[in-house]
Amino acid sequence: MSQIRQYELIYIVASDATEQQITDLHTQVEEIAGRFSGKLDKTENWGRRKLAYEIGPHKEGTYVLEVISGSGELMKEIDRRLRVSDQVIRHLTVRVDEENRVIERARTERKEDSQRRRVARGLPPERQPGEGPQRNDDDDDRFGGEADDAI
Amino acid sequence: MRGETRGRSSSSSDSRGGRGADKKDDKKRTLFRRRKVCKFCADKIDDINYKDVKLLGPFVPERGKILPRRISGTCATHQRKLQTAIKRARQLALIPYVTE
Repeated sequence: MSQIRQYELIYIVASDATEQQITDLHTQVEEIAGRFSGKLDKTENWGRRKLAYEIGPHKEGTYVLEVISGSGELMKEIDRRLRVSDQVIRHLTVRVDEENRVIERARTERKEDSQRRRVARGLPPERQPGEGPQRNDDDDDRFGGEADDAI
Repeated sequence: MRGETRGRSSSSSDSRGGRGADKKDDKKRTLFRRRKVCKFCADKIDDINYKDVKLLGPFVPERGKILPRRISGTCATHQRKLQTAIKRARQLALIPYVTE
């Protein structure tokens, strides 16, 4: 029995494909997922976007994101299908369940830590509006994009 | 270490302490170069995602290369995550590989 994992699948559909073809692809993915006893957790259509570089003759594409829970075999089959498809110019599968768990843990740990320390100082566990140091733009030394001291 | 040598070279300023001079030095340095802080640590961003082009944008300058740590000040952990995110975004044509 193969394990259930969560994957993110993004595929780019050629801009000359019709709405019908895009929904067809979606139902195809859904159908394969159903066949391998997996399920679609989320679907997002980002709409038409300009590509950062030309892929063959294509300059634009429709991005579709699907979050799928299922086995590795399921993803293998979807990958194979998308590779064969003419309308899909590019696709990428990323396993996300483990990463999400790590992120979630880091978030809750930080939150609990701050709540514990605030309670120890005799403050309410949540930060009140207007509390704490107000940020001054001059003190802000986080990187914002300008490489002012390139060596 | 630094305070020690300073104290030895000018014993007259010992009574005032070397700290004041050190502070002045620091201030002068920050005028030239601001202290670098990892953006992701400071903002508490846990999730460096390849789908978030807005987040990755500042770390991919015009040419399309990944900005080195020594310039952005990103910590090693986050630079590594940033690197995979940028490479994934490139595959999906969200970010260019190169720009002429």
